[in-house]
Amino acid sequence: MLRSLSIDAEKCTGCLQCEMACSYENEGVFNPAKSRIKVFTFHDEGRFVPYTCTQCDEAWCLHACPVEAIVMNKATGAMEVADSVCVGCKVCTIACPFGTVNYNQDTGKVIKCDLCGGDPKCAEACPTDAIVYVDADATGLDKMRAWAAKTDNAASARG
Amino acid sequence: MDAGRPGDPGNQAEILVAGMKHVIVGAGPAGVVAAETLRKLDPEAEIAMIGDEPEPPYSRMAIPYLLSDHIDEAGTYLRKQPGHFVHHSIEVVADTVASVDTRDKQLWLTGGGAVSYDRLLVATGSVPILPPVSGIDHEKVTNCWTLEDARKISRGCAPGASVVLIGAGFIGCIILEALVSAGVKLTVIEMGNRMVPRMLDETCGALLERWCGEKGVNVMTNAQVEAIEDAGGPVKVRISGGREVNAELVISAAGVRANAKFLEGSGVELSDGAVVVDRHMCSSVPGIYAAGDVACGRDFSTGEYSVQAIQPTAVEHGRVAAHNMANHGSVTHPGSVLMNILDTIGLISSSYGQWQGVEGGDTATLVDEEAFRYIQLQFDGDRLVGANTLGLTQHVGVIRGLVQGRFRLGRWKDRLMKNPLLVMEAYLAVSQG
Repeated sequence: MLRSLSIDAEKCTGCLQCEMACSYENEGVFNPAKSRIKVFTFHDEGRFVPYTCTQCDEAWCLHACPVEAIVMNKATGAMEVADSVCVGCKVCTIACPFGTVNYNQDTGKVIKCDLCGGDPKCAEACPTDAIVYVDADATGLDKMRAWAAKTDNAASARG
Repeated sequence: MDAGRPGDPGNQAEILVAGMKHVIVGAGPAGVVAAETLRKLDPEAEIAMIGDEPEPPYSRMAIPYLLSDHIDEAGTYLRKQPGHFVHHSIEVVADTVASVDTRDKQLWLTGGGAVSYDRLLVATGSVPILPPVSGIDHEKVTNCWTLEDARKISRGCAPGASVVLIGAGFIGCIILEALVSAGVKLTVIEMGNRMVPRMLDETCGALLERWCGEKGVNVMTNAQVEAIEDAGGPVKVRISGGREVNAELVISAAGVRANAKFLEGSGVELSDGAVVVDRHMCSSVPGIYAAGDVACGRDFSTGEYSVQAIQPTAVEHGRVAAHNMANHGSVTHPGSVLMNILDTIGLISSSYGQWQGVEGGDTATLVDEEAFRYIQLQFDGDRLVGANTLGLTQHVGVIRGLVQGRFRLGRWKDRLMKNPLLVMEAYLAVSQG
Protein backbone atom coordinates (compact mmCIF):
# COMPACT_ATOMS: atom_id res chain seq x y z
CA MET A 1 0.00 0.00 0.00
CA LEU A 2 1.22 3.50 -0.81
CA ARG A 3 2.28 5.59 2.10
CA SER A 4 2.28 9.35 2.36
CA LEU A 5 3.45 12.15 4.58
CA SER A 6 0.82 13.23 7.03
CA ILE A 7 1.37 16.68 8.47
CA ASP A 8 -0.35 17.94 11.60
CA ALA A 9 0.60 21.60 11.96
CA GLU A 10 -0.93 21.71 15.46
CA LYS A 11 1.92 19.50 16.68
CA CYS A 12 4.72 21.51 15.06
CA THR A 13 6.98 23.49 17.40
CA GLY A 14 9.01 25.10 14.63
CA CYS A 15 12.25 23.30 15.58
CA LEU A 16 13.24 22.90 11.90
CA GLN A 17 14.70 19.41 12.45
CA CYS A 18 12.77 18.32 9.36
CA GLU A 19 14.42 20.96 7.20
CA MET A 20 17.86 20.01 8.50
CA ALA A 21 17.27 16.30 7.92
CA CYS A 22 15.91 16.89 4.42
CA SER A 23 18.77 19.14 3.42
CA TYR A 24 21.35 16.72 4.79
CA GLU A 25 19.79 13.68 3.15
CA ASN A 26 19.35 15.29 -0.24
CA GLU A 27 22.06 17.92 -0.48
CA GLY A 28 24.67 16.66 1.98
CA VAL A 29 24.61 19.89 4.00
CA PHE A 30 22.70 21.15 7.02
CA ASN A 31 21.11 24.09 5.28
CA PRO A 32 17.39 24.73 5.74
CA ALA A 33 17.43 26.88 2.60
CA LYS A 34 18.03 23.69 0.61
CA SER A 35 15.29 21.70 2.25
CA ARG A 36 12.39 20.35 0.23
CA ILE A 37 10.11 20.60 3.22
CA LYS A 38 9.61 24.07 4.58
CA VAL A 39 8.20 25.24 7.89
CA PHE A 40 6.23 28.46 7.52
CA THR A 41 5.91 30.69 10.55
CA PHE A 42 2.77 32.63 11.35
CA HIS A 43 3.97 35.04 14.03
CA ASP A 44 0.63 36.67 14.62
CA GLU A 45 -1.12 33.36 15.21
CA GLY A 46 1.86 31.67 16.88
CA ARG A 47 1.64 28.80 14.40
CA PHE A 48 4.15 26.76 12.46
CA VAL A 49 3.10 24.96 9.30
CA PRO A 50 5.39 22.34 7.74
CA TYR A 51 4.69 22.10 4.05
CA THR A 52 5.91 20.00 1.15
CA CYS A 53 4.72 18.24 -1.99
CA THR A 54 1.63 16.03 -1.59
CA GLN A 55 2.59 13.92 -4.64
CA CYS A 56 -0.78 15.01 -6.01
CA ASP A 57 -2.71 12.99 -8.58
CA GLU A 58 -2.79 15.93 -10.94
CA ALA A 59 1.02 15.93 -11.10
CA TRP A 60 1.13 19.36 -12.66
CA CYS A 61 4.93 19.29 -12.59
CA LEU A 62 5.14 16.00 -14.44
CA HIS A 63 2.73 17.09 -17.16
CA ALA A 64 4.36 20.49 -17.60
CA CYS A 65 7.87 19.09 -18.08
CA PRO A 66 8.87 19.41 -21.72
CA VAL A 67 11.57 16.72 -21.60
CA GLU A 68 10.04 13.94 -19.46
CA ALA A 69 12.39 14.63 -16.54
CA ILE A 70 9.71 14.11 -13.89
CA VAL A 71 8.39 10.58 -13.54
CA MET A 72 6.35 8.74 -10.97
CA ASN A 73 8.11 6.18 -8.82
CA LYS A 74 5.55 3.38 -8.89
CA ALA A 75 6.81 1.92 -5.61
CA THR A 76 6.40 5.09 -3.57
CA GLY A 77 3.95 7.13 -5.64
CA ALA A 78 6.37 10.05 -5.56
CA MET A 79 6.99 12.30 -8.55
CA GLU A 80 10.75 12.25 -8.94
CA VAL A 81 13.04 14.60 -10.85
CA ALA A 82 15.66 12.82 -12.96
CA ASP A 83 18.64 15.16 -12.64
CA SER A 84 20.29 13.75 -15.72
CA VAL A 85 17.28 14.67 -17.84
CA CYS A 86 16.16 17.97 -16.24
CA VAL A 87 17.37 20.91 -18.34
CA GLY A 88 16.50 23.49 -15.68
CA CYS A 89 13.78 25.27 -17.66
CA LYS A 90 11.73 25.79 -14.45
CA VAL A 91 8.33 25.42 -16.11
CA CYS A 92 7.39 22.90 -13.41
CA THR A 93 8.13 25.51 -10.74
CA ILE A 94 5.44 27.82 -12.10
CA ALA A 95 3.08 24.99 -13.06
CA CYS A 96 2.91 23.51 -9.55
CA PRO A 97 0.08 25.46 -7.89
CA PHE A 98 1.35 24.45 -4.45
CA GLY A 99 4.75 26.06 -4.90
CA THR A 100 6.56 22.88 -3.91
CA VAL A 101 8.92 22.52 -6.87
CA ASN A 102 11.86 24.89 -6.57
CA TYR A 103 14.81 25.80 -8.73
CA ASN A 104 18.28 25.23 -7.34
CA GLN A 105 20.55 27.81 -8.91
CA ASP A 106 23.70 25.98 -7.75
CA THR A 107 22.92 22.88 -9.77
CA GLY A 108 20.73 24.36 -12.51
CA LYS A 109 18.08 21.71 -11.77
CA VAL A 110 14.77 21.72 -9.98
CA ILE A 111 14.24 19.98 -6.66
CA LYS A 112 11.15 18.58 -5.00
CA CYS A 113 10.23 16.07 -2.34
CA ASP A 114 10.74 12.48 -3.48
CA LEU A 115 9.81 10.88 -0.15
CA CYS A 116 13.52 9.96 0.18
CA GLY A 117 12.76 6.88 -1.90
CA GLY A 118 10.26 5.62 0.67
CA ASP A 119 12.08 6.51 3.91
CA PRO A 120 11.39 10.21 4.45
CA LYS A 121 13.98 11.73 6.75
CA CYS A 122 11.75 14.64 7.77
CA ALA A 123 9.30 12.25 9.42
CA GLU A 124 12.15 10.37 11.08
CA ALA A 125 13.60 13.61 12.44
CA CYS A 126 10.37 15.13 13.70
CA PRO A 127 10.37 14.91 17.51
CA THR A 128 6.66 15.64 17.96
CA ASP A 129 5.05 13.48 15.27
CA ALA A 130 3.88 16.56 13.44
CA ILE A 131 5.19 14.77 10.35
CA VAL A 132 4.55 11.04 10.05
CA TYR A 133 4.80 8.62 7.16
CA VAL A 134 1.78 6.35 7.19
CA ASP A 135 -0.62 4.43 4.97
CA ALA A 136 -2.08 6.86 2.49
CA ASP A 137 -5.65 5.92 3.37
CA ALA A 138 -5.16 6.69 7.03
CA THR A 139 -3.79 10.16 6.52
CA GLY A 140 -5.31 13.49 5.83
CA LEU A 141 -4.32 12.85 2.25
CA ASP A 142 -7.89 12.95 1.05
CA LYS A 143 -8.34 16.29 2.75
CA MET A 144 -5.14 17.59 1.26
CA ARG A 145 -6.21 16.41 -2.14
CA ALA A 146 -9.66 17.86 -1.76
CA TRP A 147 -7.99 21.12 -1.00
CA ALA A 148 -5.73 20.55 -3.96
CA ALA A 149 -8.83 20.14 -6.08
CA LYS A 150 -10.02 23.61 -5.12
CA THR A 151 -7.05 24.86 -7.04
CA ASP A 152 -7.73 22.38 -9.75
CA ASN A 153 -9.84 24.36 -12.16
CA ALA A 154 -8.02 22.78 -15.06
CA ALA A 155 -8.71 19.30 -13.74
CA SER A 156 -10.80 18.36 -16.67
CA ALA A 157 -7.78 18.98 -18.83
CA ARG A 158 -6.00 16.11 -17.12
CA GLY A 159 -6.17 12.70 -18.66
CA MET B 1 -12.17 12.22 -5.35
CA ASP B 2 -11.24 11.62 -8.94
CA ALA B 3 -14.27 9.50 -9.65
CA GLY B 4 -16.62 11.06 -12.07
CA ARG B 5 -14.29 13.83 -13.07
CA PRO B 6 -14.53 14.33 -16.77
CA GLY B 7 -11.30 13.55 -18.45
CA ASP B 8 -10.31 10.62 -16.29
CA PRO B 9 -8.18 8.12 -18.10
CA GLY B 10 -9.72 4.73 -18.47
CA ASN B 11 -13.21 5.98 -19.30
CA GLN B 12 -13.15 3.93 -22.44
CA ALA B 13 -16.83 3.21 -22.14
CA GLU B 14 -17.30 6.86 -23.01
CA ILE B 15 -16.03 6.24 -26.49
CA LEU B 16 -18.99 6.08 -28.81
CA VAL B 17 -17.11 5.11 -31.93
CA ALA B 18 -13.95 3.12 -31.32
CA GLY B 19 -11.33 2.60 -33.97
CA MET B 20 -11.57 6.01 -35.63
CA LYS B 21 -8.69 7.40 -37.64
CA HIS B 22 -7.11 10.35 -35.86
CA VAL B 23 -4.60 12.47 -37.74
CA ILE B 24 -2.49 14.97 -35.85
CA VAL B 25 -0.57 17.63 -37.73
CA GLY B 26 2.41 18.75 -35.67
CA ALA B 27 4.79 16.78 -33.47
CA GLY B 28 5.38 19.22 -30.63
CA PRO B 29 4.10 18.87 -27.05
CA ALA B 30 0.43 19.46 -27.96
CA GLY B 31 0.51 16.88 -30.74
CA VAL B 32 2.42 14.28 -28.75
CA VAL B 33 0.22 14.59 -25.66
CA ALA B 34 -2.90 14.41 -27.82
CA ALA B 35 -1.64 11.27 -29.58
CA GLU B 36 -0.80 9.57 -26.28
CA THR B 37 -4.12 10.56 -24.72
CA LEU B 38 -6.03 9.23 -27.73
CA ARG B 39 -4.16 5.95 -27.45
CA LYS B 40 -5.16 5.63 -23.77
CA LEU B 41 -8.78 6.42 -24.55
CA ASP B 42 -9.13 4.15 -27.55
CA PRO B 43 -6.73 1.23 -28.00
CA GLU B 44 -8.42 0.49 -31.36
CA ALA B 45 -7.88 3.94 -32.86
CA GLU B 46 -5.63 4.52 -35.81
CA ILE B 47 -3.32 7.42 -34.92
CA ALA B 48 -0.93 9.25 -37.23
CA MET B 49 1.18 12.27 -36.34
CA ILE B 50 2.67 14.34 -39.16
CA GLY B 51 5.77 16.42 -38.37
CA ASP B 52 7.82 18.45 -40.83
CA GLU B 53 11.24 18.15 -39.20
CA PRO B 54 13.57 15.17 -39.62
CA GLU B 55 14.34 14.64 -35.90
CA PRO B 56 12.16 12.65 -33.48
CA PRO B 57 9.56 14.87 -31.72
CA TYR B 58 11.54 17.36 -29.62
CA SER B 59 11.01 20.36 -27.37
CA ARG B 60 11.92 23.78 -28.69
CA MET B 61 12.02 24.88 -25.07
CA ALA B 62 15.12 22.75 -24.57
CA ILE B 63 17.08 24.45 -27.35
CA PRO B 64 18.64 27.12 -25.08
CA TYR B 65 20.12 24.32 -22.95
CA LEU B 66 21.44 22.59 -26.04
CA LEU B 67 23.10 25.86 -27.09
CA SER B 68 24.75 26.12 -23.68
CA ASP B 69 25.94 22.48 -23.90
CA HIS B 70 23.93 21.35 -20.88
CA ILE B 71 22.36 18.62 -23.00
CA ASP B 72 22.90 16.95 -26.35
CA GLU B 73 20.28 16.83 -29.09
CA ALA B 74 18.71 13.68 -27.67
CA GLY B 75 18.19 15.64 -24.46
CA THR B 76 15.64 17.80 -26.30
CA TYR B 77 13.47 14.84 -27.32
CA LEU B 78 9.98 14.90 -25.87
CA ARG B 79 10.02 11.16 -25.21
CA LYS B 80 13.20 9.46 -24.17
CA GLN B 81 12.30 5.79 -24.61
CA PRO B 82 13.52 4.51 -27.99
CA GLY B 83 10.59 3.19 -29.98
CA HIS B 84 8.09 5.03 -27.77
CA PHE B 85 5.75 5.96 -30.63
CA VAL B 86 5.97 2.58 -32.33
CA HIS B 87 5.24 0.92 -28.99
CA HIS B 88 2.06 2.98 -28.66
CA SER B 89 1.13 2.37 -32.31
CA ILE B 90 1.42 6.04 -33.15
CA GLU B 91 2.61 6.40 -36.72
CA VAL B 92 5.03 9.31 -37.08
CA VAL B 93 5.04 10.69 -40.62
CA ALA B 94 7.74 13.10 -41.82
CA ASP B 95 6.02 15.43 -44.26
CA THR B 96 4.31 18.80 -44.55
CA VAL B 97 0.61 19.35 -45.05
CA ALA B 98 -0.12 21.43 -48.14
CA SER B 99 -3.88 21.73 -47.77
CA VAL B 100 -6.96 20.25 -46.17
CA ASP B 101 -10.10 19.13 -47.96
CA THR B 102 -12.64 19.41 -45.17
CA ARG B 103 -15.51 17.98 -47.24
CA ASP B 104 -13.82 14.72 -48.12
CA LYS B 105 -11.86 14.71 -44.84
CA GLN B 106 -8.53 14.43 -46.51
CA LEU B 107 -5.08 16.08 -46.22
CA TRP B 108 -2.77 16.72 -49.13
CA LEU B 109 0.91 16.37 -48.32
CA THR B 110 3.64 18.37 -50.04
CA GLY B 111 5.36 15.03 -50.57
CA GLY B 112 2.51 14.22 -52.95
CA GLY B 113 0.40 11.78 -50.95
CA ALA B 114 -3.02 12.15 -49.40
CA VAL B 115 -4.13 11.11 -45.91
CA SER B 116 -7.75 10.65 -44.92
CA TYR B 117 -9.02 11.27 -41.40
CA ASP B 118 -12.09 10.93 -39.21
CA ARG B 119 -10.80 13.48 -36.69
CA LEU B 120 -8.06 16.00 -37.39
CA LEU B 121 -5.96 17.88 -34.86
CA VAL B 122 -4.06 20.97 -35.96
CA ALA B 123 -1.10 21.27 -33.61
CA THR B 124 1.34 22.96 -35.95
CA GLY B 125 2.59 25.52 -33.44
CA SER B 126 4.03 28.72 -34.72
CA VAL B 127 6.74 29.86 -37.08
CA PRO B 128 9.20 32.71 -36.62
CA ILE B 129 8.58 36.08 -38.22
CA LEU B 130 11.53 37.76 -39.87
CA PRO B 131 11.58 41.54 -39.59
CA PRO B 132 10.88 43.08 -43.01
CA VAL B 133 14.26 44.69 -43.65
CA SER B 134 16.60 44.41 -46.59
CA GLY B 135 19.27 41.76 -46.24
CA ILE B 136 17.26 39.68 -43.73
CA ASP B 137 17.64 36.73 -46.13
CA HIS B 138 21.45 36.90 -45.88
CA GLU B 139 23.09 33.57 -45.07
CA LYS B 140 24.57 35.03 -41.88
CA VAL B 141 21.06 35.63 -40.52
CA THR B 142 19.31 32.79 -38.71
CA ASN B 143 16.22 32.23 -36.65
CA CYS B 144 16.40 30.51 -33.29
CA TRP B 145 13.56 28.06 -33.66
CA THR B 146 14.57 24.59 -34.84
CA LEU B 147 17.36 22.15 -34.03
CA GLU B 148 18.81 23.04 -37.43
CA ASP B 149 18.87 26.73 -36.38
CA ALA B 150 20.58 25.73 -33.13
CA ARG B 151 23.34 23.95 -35.03
CA LYS B 152 23.89 27.05 -37.16
CA ILE B 153 24.05 29.30 -34.09
CA SER B 154 26.53 26.99 -32.38
CA ARG B 155 28.79 27.07 -35.43
CA GLY B 156 28.61 30.88 -35.60
CA CYS B 157 29.35 31.55 -31.94
CA ALA B 158 33.16 31.34 -31.87
CA PRO B 159 34.73 33.16 -28.89
CA GLY B 160 35.16 36.84 -29.70
CA ALA B 161 32.77 36.76 -32.67
CA SER B 162 30.43 39.72 -32.98
CA VAL B 163 26.80 38.58 -32.77
CA VAL B 164 23.67 40.69 -33.17
CA LEU B 165 20.45 39.43 -31.64
CA ILE B 166 17.28 40.99 -33.01
CA GLY B 167 14.58 40.95 -30.34
CA ALA B 168 14.79 40.90 -26.53
CA GLY B 169 11.61 38.92 -26.12
CA PHE B 170 11.32 35.56 -24.40
CA ILE B 171 13.40 33.58 -26.87
CA GLY B 172 16.03 36.29 -27.25
CA CYS B 173 16.51 36.52 -23.49
CA ILE B 174 16.57 32.81 -22.79
CA ILE B 175 19.44 32.20 -25.23
CA LEU B 176 21.54 35.09 -23.86
CA GLU B 177 23.24 32.86 -21.31
CA ALA B 178 24.45 30.46 -23.99
CA LEU B 179 25.70 33.33 -26.14
CA VAL B 180 27.48 35.06 -23.25
CA SER B 181 29.13 31.86 -22.10
CA ALA B 182 30.28 31.17 -25.65
CA GLY B 183 32.28 34.38 -25.28
CA VAL B 184 30.76 36.30 -28.17
CA LYS B 185 30.54 40.07 -28.37
CA LEU B 186 26.83 40.58 -28.14
CA THR B 187 24.49 43.36 -29.23
CA VAL B 188 20.75 43.04 -28.59
CA ILE B 189 18.30 45.20 -30.51
CA GLU B 190 14.79 45.53 -29.11
CA MET B 191 11.99 47.50 -30.70
CA GLY B 192 10.05 47.97 -27.46
CA ASN B 193 10.94 50.38 -24.66
CA ARG B 194 12.17 47.55 -22.42
CA MET B 195 13.22 43.93 -22.45
CA VAL B 196 10.47 41.29 -22.71
CA PRO B 197 7.67 43.87 -22.92
CA ARG B 198 5.03 41.16 -23.38
CA MET B 199 5.91 39.49 -20.09
CA LEU B 200 7.54 42.04 -17.76
CA ASP B 201 6.41 45.44 -16.55
CA GLU B 202 8.58 48.56 -16.87
CA THR B 203 10.39 48.18 -13.55
CA CYS B 204 11.15 44.53 -14.19
CA GLY B 205 12.21 45.07 -17.80
CA ALA B 206 14.49 47.97 -16.84
CA LEU B 207 16.16 45.94 -14.06
CA LEU B 208 16.74 43.12 -16.51
CA GLU B 209 18.33 45.52 -18.98
CA ARG B 210 20.72 46.82 -16.32
CA TRP B 211 21.56 43.22 -15.37
CA CYS B 212 22.41 42.39 -18.98
CA GLY B 213 24.54 45.51 -19.26
CA GLU B 214 26.53 44.45 -16.20
CA LYS B 215 27.08 41.07 -17.84
CA GLY B 216 28.67 42.81 -20.81
CA VAL B 217 25.73 42.65 -23.19
CA ASN B 218 25.03 45.76 -25.21
CA VAL B 219 21.23 46.13 -25.11
CA MET B 220 19.56 48.77 -27.28
CA THR B 221 15.87 49.34 -26.54
CA ASN B 222 13.58 51.55 -28.66
CA ALA B 223 15.83 50.46 -31.51
CA GLN B 224 15.16 48.89 -34.88
CA VAL B 225 17.27 47.13 -37.44
CA GLU B 226 16.99 49.08 -40.68
CA ALA B 227 19.14 46.99 -43.00
CA ILE B 228 21.62 44.15 -43.11
CA GLU B 229 24.32 44.70 -45.69
CA ASP B 230 26.79 42.28 -47.16
CA ALA B 231 30.28 43.58 -46.42
CA GLY B 232 32.34 40.68 -47.70
CA GLY B 233 33.16 39.04 -44.35
CA PRO B 234 30.88 40.06 -41.51
CA VAL B 235 27.58 41.76 -42.35
CA LYS B 236 26.93 45.39 -41.48
CA VAL B 237 23.80 45.78 -39.36
CA ARG B 238 22.29 49.26 -39.65
CA ILE B 239 20.30 50.31 -36.59
CA SER B 240 17.92 53.24 -36.12
CA GLY B 241 19.58 56.45 -34.91
CA GLY B 242 22.43 56.09 -37.37
CA ARG B 243 24.16 53.30 -35.46
CA GLU B 244 25.80 50.27 -37.04
CA VAL B 245 27.40 47.04 -35.84
CA ASN B 246 29.40 44.50 -37.82
CA ALA B 247 28.33 40.95 -37.13
CA GLU B 248 29.57 37.49 -37.98
CA LEU B 249 26.14 36.15 -37.04
CA VAL B 250 22.70 37.75 -36.79
CA ILE B 251 20.09 35.86 -34.78
CA SER B 252 16.53 36.90 -35.41
CA ALA B 253 14.15 36.34 -32.50
CA ALA B 254 11.65 38.97 -33.51
CA GLY B 255 8.46 37.08 -32.76
CA VAL B 256 6.35 34.26 -34.13
CA ARG B 257 3.00 33.75 -35.82
CA ALA B 258 0.60 30.83 -35.81
CA ASN B 259 1.52 28.19 -38.36
CA ALA B 260 -1.82 27.67 -40.08
CA LYS B 261 -1.38 29.04 -43.59
CA PHE B 262 -2.21 25.60 -45.00
CA LEU B 263 -5.75 26.05 -43.65
CA GLU B 264 -6.46 29.22 -45.60
CA GLY B 265 -9.41 28.60 -47.88
CA SER B 266 -10.31 25.36 -46.08
CA GLY B 267 -13.30 26.85 -44.30
CA VAL B 268 -11.61 26.61 -40.88
CA GLU B 269 -12.01 30.00 -39.21
CA LEU B 270 -8.77 31.78 -38.39
CA SER B 271 -8.15 34.85 -36.24
CA ASP B 272 -4.84 36.63 -36.79
CA GLY B 273 -3.77 33.44 -38.49
CA ALA B 274 -4.57 31.18 -35.50
CA VAL B 275 -7.32 28.58 -35.39
CA VAL B 276 -10.41 29.76 -33.54
CA VAL B 277 -11.57 26.99 -31.18
CA ASP B 278 -14.44 26.53 -28.76
CA ARG B 279 -14.20 25.07 -25.26
CA HIS B 280 -13.90 21.58 -26.73
CA MET B 281 -10.89 22.77 -28.75
CA CYS B 282 -13.02 22.26 -31.85
CA SER B 283 -12.62 24.61 -34.79
CA SER B 284 -15.45 26.08 -36.84
CA VAL B 285 -15.44 22.84 -38.86
CA PRO B 286 -16.79 19.80 -36.96
CA GLY B 287 -14.19 17.05 -36.66
CA ILE B 288 -11.26 19.47 -36.89
CA TYR B 289 -9.62 20.49 -33.60
CA ALA B 290 -6.65 22.66 -32.71
CA ALA B 291 -4.23 22.75 -29.77
CA GLY B 292 -1.14 24.60 -28.61
CA ASP B 293 0.48 27.68 -30.13
CA VAL B 294 -1.64 27.49 -33.28
CA ALA B 295 -4.90 27.62 -31.31
CA CYS B 296 -6.71 30.72 -30.18
CA GLY B 297 -7.91 29.17 -26.93
CA ARG B 298 -9.67 30.30 -23.80
CA ASP B 299 -7.72 32.30 -21.22
CA PHE B 300 -8.57 31.37 -17.63
CA SER B 301 -8.30 34.92 -16.30
CA THR B 302 -10.15 36.89 -18.93
CA GLY B 303 -12.45 34.25 -20.42
CA GLU B 304 -11.36 35.59 -23.78
CA TYR B 305 -9.67 33.72 -26.59
CA SER B 306 -6.02 34.28 -27.40
CA VAL B 307 -2.80 32.52 -28.34
CA GLN B 308 -0.76 31.98 -25.17
CA ALA B 309 2.11 30.10 -26.79
CA ILE B 310 3.34 28.41 -23.60
CA GLN B 311 4.19 24.80 -22.82
CA PRO B 312 1.64 24.11 -20.04
CA THR B 313 -1.17 25.48 -22.18
CA ALA B 314 -0.10 23.39 -25.17
CA VAL B 315 -0.24 20.27 -23.02
CA GLU B 316 -3.66 21.15 -21.58
CA HIS B 317 -5.00 21.85 -25.05
CA GLY B 318 -3.61 18.55 -26.33
CA ARG B 319 -5.41 16.60 -23.63
CA VAL B 320 -8.73 18.37 -23.95
CA ALA B 321 -8.64 18.10 -27.73
CA ALA B 322 -7.87 14.37 -27.59
CA HIS B 323 -10.79 13.67 -25.26
CA ASN B 324 -13.16 15.49 -27.57
CA MET B 325 -11.73 13.86 -30.68
CA ALA B 326 -12.44 10.49 -29.10
CA ASN B 327 -15.85 11.57 -27.80
CA HIS B 328 -17.02 15.03 -28.68
CA GLY B 329 -18.34 17.02 -25.76
CA SER B 330 -16.73 14.81 -23.10
CA VAL B 331 -14.33 17.42 -21.70
CA THR B 332 -14.65 21.18 -21.51
CA HIS B 333 -11.59 23.40 -21.39
CA PRO B 334 -11.79 25.67 -18.34
CA GLY B 335 -9.23 28.08 -19.76
CA SER B 336 -5.49 28.13 -19.25
CA VAL B 337 -3.59 30.42 -16.90
CA LEU B 338 -1.06 32.52 -18.75
CA MET B 339 2.32 32.12 -17.08
CA ASN B 340 5.96 32.35 -17.99
CA ILE B 341 9.33 31.88 -16.37
CA LEU B 342 12.52 33.15 -17.92
CA ASP B 343 16.19 32.80 -17.02
CA THR B 344 18.28 35.64 -18.45
CA ILE B 345 21.96 35.01 -17.74
CA GLY B 346 21.03 33.68 -14.32
CA LEU B 347 18.40 36.29 -13.40
CA ILE B 348 15.01 34.65 -13.16
CA SER B 349 11.77 36.43 -13.93
CA SER B 350 8.21 35.17 -13.99
CA SER B 351 4.79 36.44 -14.91
CA TYR B 352 1.31 35.20 -14.12
CA GLY B 353 -2.21 35.91 -15.30
CA GLN B 354 -3.19 39.55 -15.49
CA TRP B 355 0.22 40.89 -14.52
CA GLN B 356 -0.61 44.21 -16.16
CA GLY B 357 -3.37 44.72 -13.60
CA VAL B 358 -7.11 45.14 -13.94
CA GLU B 359 -9.28 48.22 -13.91
CA GLY B 360 -10.18 49.26 -10.38
CA GLY B 361 -7.73 46.72 -8.95
CA ASP B 362 -4.86 47.21 -6.51
CA THR B 363 -1.14 46.69 -6.97
CA ALA B 364 1.43 45.70 -4.36
CA THR B 365 5.12 46.09 -5.19
CA LEU B 366 8.42 45.53 -3.47
CA VAL B 367 11.72 46.25 -5.15
CA ASP B 368 15.37 45.93 -4.19
CA GLU B 369 17.15 47.39 -7.19
CA GLU B 370 20.66 46.67 -5.93
CA ALA B 371 19.88 42.99 -5.47
CA PHE B 372 17.82 42.73 -8.69
CA ARG B 373 14.82 41.53 -6.76
CA TYR B 374 11.28 42.57 -7.49
CA ILE B 375 7.74 41.39 -6.92
CA GLN B 376 4.53 42.94 -8.09
CA LEU B 377 1.10 41.52 -7.28
CA GLN B 378 -2.18 42.47 -8.94
CA PHE B 379 -5.48 42.19 -7.12
CA ASP B 380 -9.09 42.37 -8.19
CA GLY B 381 -10.91 43.06 -4.94
CA ASP B 382 -9.36 40.59 -2.49
CA ARG B 383 -8.37 38.05 -5.13
CA LEU B 384 -4.92 37.74 -6.67
CA VAL B 385 -5.17 37.92 -10.46
CA GLY B 386 -1.59 38.36 -11.65
CA ALA B 387 2.05 38.92 -10.76
CA ASN B 388 5.53 39.72 -12.00
CA THR B 389 8.63 38.60 -10.14
CA LEU B 390 12.36 39.02 -10.58
CA GLY B 391 15.07 37.15 -8.70
CA LEU B 392 12.66 34.78 -6.96
CA THR B 393 12.97 31.01 -7.36
CA GLN B 394 11.32 29.60 -4.24
CA HIS B 395 7.62 28.69 -4.07
CA VAL B 396 6.75 30.85 -7.10
CA GLY B 397 4.19 28.27 -8.26
CA VAL B 398 1.92 29.17 -5.41
CA ILE B 399 1.08 32.36 -7.28
CA ARG B 400 -0.60 30.13 -9.84
CA GLY B 401 -2.40 28.37 -7.01
CA LEU B 402 -3.76 31.65 -5.69
CA VAL B 403 -4.74 32.95 -9.13
CA GLN B 404 -6.33 29.72 -10.35
CA GLY B 405 -7.99 28.91 -7.05
CA ARG B 406 -9.58 32.38 -7.07
CA PHE B 407 -9.14 32.32 -3.31
CA ARG B 408 -10.58 35.24 -1.40
CA LEU B 409 -7.67 36.61 0.58
CA GLY B 410 -9.62 38.47 3.26
CA ARG B 411 -7.23 40.05 5.73
CA TRP B 412 -4.29 38.49 3.90
CA LYS B 413 -4.79 41.02 1.14
CA ASP B 414 -3.68 43.84 3.44
CA ARG B 415 -0.74 41.77 4.58
CA LEU B 416 0.27 41.17 0.98
CA MET B 417 -0.16 44.85 0.15
CA LYS B 418 2.39 45.53 2.90
CA ASN B 419 4.67 42.59 2.08
CA PRO B 420 4.00 40.87 -1.23
CA LEU B 421 6.64 38.25 -0.45
CA LEU B 422 4.18 36.53 1.90
CA VAL B 423 2.39 34.75 -0.98
CA MET B 424 3.17 31.29 0.38
CA GLU B 425 1.92 32.15 3.86
CA ALA B 426 -1.20 33.72 2.37
CA TYR B 427 -1.85 30.60 0.34
CA LEU B 428 -1.47 28.29 3.32
CA ALA B 429 -3.76 30.48 5.40
CA VAL B 430 -6.56 30.82 2.85
CA SER B 431 -6.42 27.32 1.36
CA GLN B 432 -5.97 25.22 4.47
CA GLY B 433 -7.40 27.45 7.14
